[in-house]
Amino acid sequence: MNTMQARLILIDGTVYEGNSVGFAGTSSGEVVFNTSMTGYQEILTDPSYAGQLVALTYPLIGNYGVSARDVESSGPKVAGFIVREMSETPSNYASQGSGDDYLTENQIVGIQGIDVRALVLKLRDAGVMLGMITTQHDAPTGLQILKNLPEYDAGTYAREVSTQTAYFWADNARSETIPPRSAKPRVVVLDYGTKYNILRELLERGLEVVVLPCGATKDEIAAHKPDGIMLANGPGDPRSLEAEVEVIRQLMSENPKQPMFGICLGHQLLGRALGGETYKLKFGHRGANHPVKDLTTGKVHITSQNHGYALQADSLPQGVEVTHVNLNDNTVEGLRHLERPVFSVQYHPEASPGPKDNAYLFDRFAELVKAGK
Amino acid sequence: MPKRPDINKVMVIGSGPIVIGQAAEFDYAGTQACASLREEGVSVVLVNSNPATIMTDPETADAVYIEPLTLPFLEQVIAKERPDGLLPSLGGQTGLNLAYQLAEAGILEKYDVELLGTPLDSIKKAEDRDLFKEMMKSIGQPVPESVVCENVEQARKFRDEIGYPLIIRPAYTLGGTGGGIAWNDEHLEQFVKSGLERSLIHQILLERYLNGWKEVEYEVMRDGNDTAITICNMENFDPMGVHTGDSIVVAPSQTLSDKEYQMLRTASLNIIRALGIEGGCNVQLSLDPNSSRYFVIEVNPRVSRSSALASKATGYPIARVSSKIAIGFNLDEIQNAVTKKTLACFEPALDYIVCKIPRWPFDKFGTSDRRVTTQMKATGEVMAIDRSFEGALMKALRSLEVGVTGLRAKGMSALTEMELEQKLRVPTDERLFVIFEALRRGLMVEEVFQITRIDRWFLRRIAKIVELEGRLRGKTIESLTPELLTQAREMGFHDAHIAELTGLDELEIRARRKGFGLVPAYKMVDTCAGEFEAATPYYYSCFERESE
Repeated sequence: MNTMQARLILIDGTVYEGNSVGFAGTSSGEVVFNTSMTGYQEILTDPSYAGQLVALTYPLIGNYGVSARDVESSGPKVAGFIVREMSETPSNYASQGSGDDYLTENQIVGIQGIDVRALVLKLRDAGVMLGMITTQHDAPTGLQILKNLPEYDAGTYAREVSTQTAYFWADNARSETIPPRSAKPRVVVLDYGTKYNILRELLERGLEVVVLPCGATKDEIAAHKPDGIMLANGPGDPRSLEAEVEVIRQLMSENPKQPMFGICLGHQLLGRALGGETYKLKFGHRGANHPVKDLTTGKVHITSQNHGYALQADSLPQGVEVTHVNLNDNTVEGLRHLERPVFSVQYHPEASPGPKDNAYLFDRFAELVKAGK
Repeated sequence: MPKRPDINKVMVIGSGPIVIGQAAEFDYAGTQACASLREEGVSVVLVNSNPATIMTDPETADAVYIEPLTLPFLEQVIAKERPDGLLPSLGGQTGLNLAYQLAEAGILEKYDVELLGTPLDSIKKAEDRDLFKEMMKSIGQPVPESVVCENVEQARKFRDEIGYPLIIRPAYTLGGTGGGIAWNDEHLEQFVKSGLERSLIHQILLERYLNGWKEVEYEVMRDGNDTAITICNMENFDPMGVHTGDSIVVAPSQTLSDKEYQMLRTASLNIIRALGIEGGCNVQLSLDPNSSRYFVIEVNPRVSRSSALASKATGYPIARVSSKIAIGFNLDEIQNAVTKKTLACFEPALDYIVCKIPRWPFDKFGTSDRRVTTQMKATGEVMAIDRSFEGALMKALRSLEVGVTGLRAKGMSALTEMELEQKLRVPTDERLFVIFEALRRGLMVEEVFQITRIDRWFLRRIAKIVELEGRLRGKTIESLTPELLTQAREMGFHDAHIAELTGLDELEIRARRKGFGLVPAYKMVDTCAGEFEAATPYYYSCFERESE
């Protein structure tokens, strides 16, 4: 076992002493927690966690190892990882290595052996805050460094994790050459930090998938002659991405019939483009068990979630309808435009990790795209 | 939909006497259900032949009948009380069978009593093997190759096609009574005969035995609006072949990736939807440890022993919510009884591990066959909660009251190597102790795995306990460092256990431990891993920093 000491320092001065797991060093970020009991590798590689130290509430992590099958992006994206216990001896036929080695190879700083539940209760009561995992600094030094860091909300993480060049998603892998259009409908995914499973779900429905960088202009997007636009998930405060919101606005005004589907950050950016406001939640929604009610059908679906911001229901203009709400706190979970083929959800229909109950939304989008072609 | 206005009086059938294969779990479920119904102003008529139950206390129901659980008596109660509905899913298999018979005999129709929660059709589909297979096929769920037999000749014919090993499951019985695994002709004849005798409809299912496959269960729930959720999944420590009631079980599953977890979850939800159950349901599945192949093994369209475990493991009151659904409520209209703020429509998130160990009566019946197979022999069980698997396992072991402080049991060290291997190979009530002894003698995890097919993850955890025992042995009081004691306590080593290993006095160890400030903390079971405040949680002890 890695017995190097590590500590987690919160900006409010709380210190948790534990052991290092993964890479030894120092990493800071917003401390958040996720209540999923499985799917740690999908969480580690979800670009929406950029800039965050992610604590998992389930105490035994790494039990089934890591596998190339379970990545949601090019590699781990979390700023740091907090667990009660990382299994040294994974067991699963698909396992290609241990979580500890995986973190080390990818230079992800982690801590284990702390009372994660105590940390979670603190974040629940006080709200998320900046923190630091370090094997190097003592508590006063660490705290001093933390106090000089900018707020998480000020970061433009989406621009950092987004692809910097356009690519084509073929055979469930990235291909740098974008072939000319075939007979299949083509979807452009605006990559604010997309999870691979969104691309996989689109591909599975017979769509061609072109992924463009976060900062793509409306002309760069139009050059691919898309039949639909996917606004992907991603990290950070939607208010920090005004240029991206402006592009969405332009796309909607130039082609009112263009199908558009937003997920998570994509949903928030769409909401802002339509004139809505966003705000920060106290400790966000991160887990695989959030009940969401579809107001159009009255049915409740269990959803996978990972977001720290939300749309304000009463800020949405006329002509935009809230379609989904979270049953735990009544926050907005989905919207649609009443006259256009434009809709979005705050949660993750692509699952991975989490329940697969909401894949029907990809069917809905694929139908719109195919109908409009 | 809120409560149905046409349901004002509901009959609940209890599960009768406590027998091997069925302990007090249905009393727990039934009592919870009665309270849940009465909370909504529904008058409850309870019938049970077992007076030593909470549910037959006069204050539990509005009318209590302590009568034999037979059709003539039940008909008389129905004629006198004229209930609007019958809730069949809370009295275990006994209650479900009786409800089925009441419906088939036309008694429910005669007195205009509605079967609530579990449709008659789904009782049939879950219990009749042919119908079950057909339904699974229609919704694309895989089931192992099998054949329904009504005589020995049919069984022999199937054997000729598939070969051994084969598993024998009688239809309509309690706890798999009369079944078993056949490795040869002698077993086959024996189990087929006993299975046919025990089955209510003189039918058995003969099936390919999935040797070494994982056994996983899902407790799922559905309401009248077709919203379906998972309450809990559980993984058996023992691979296929040991009845779930006789297996050590952990919750949640430990060795399943998210892809496997979700695959089996989706399958379970598709099944409860296809069965049309409004309430709780238990789905048992088998997963290949070497691929993502799985089979659906069995469905219990009712509250089961596993539901009692799942309820206590998660804090989610399955019987209570099932009863509310049965009288018309939807999941998003029922309050989460623990948080009081959120709703019953969510999936519990655990931030601890639960370990259940069966309690067998072999110490009372000295001469009985101690093998555990597909026919349940346990008469009870214990459950423990902790932050580590080792902690939960050790705590459960001490709760068994079989005179052990850890994994060391009497008589094990005297076994010869051949005896030890034999005992590893054949699952008995002692196998956990045998595994420990084998690892203690230096057998590798891989060797134990090859013999037992128990997932290496569990075996390595036991090996860790062996290793720590080795490090503690012979330690002087001064050499019990805070680090060593912390590790020992986090892995569930009780002071008495450490005393046994070191020869030191338990009280002396206790004083030293406390001197280092190493005292247990108490954490909540709150259904949500701390995400929301809990109003009526319960607690478990662990060696963490902060108590709640």
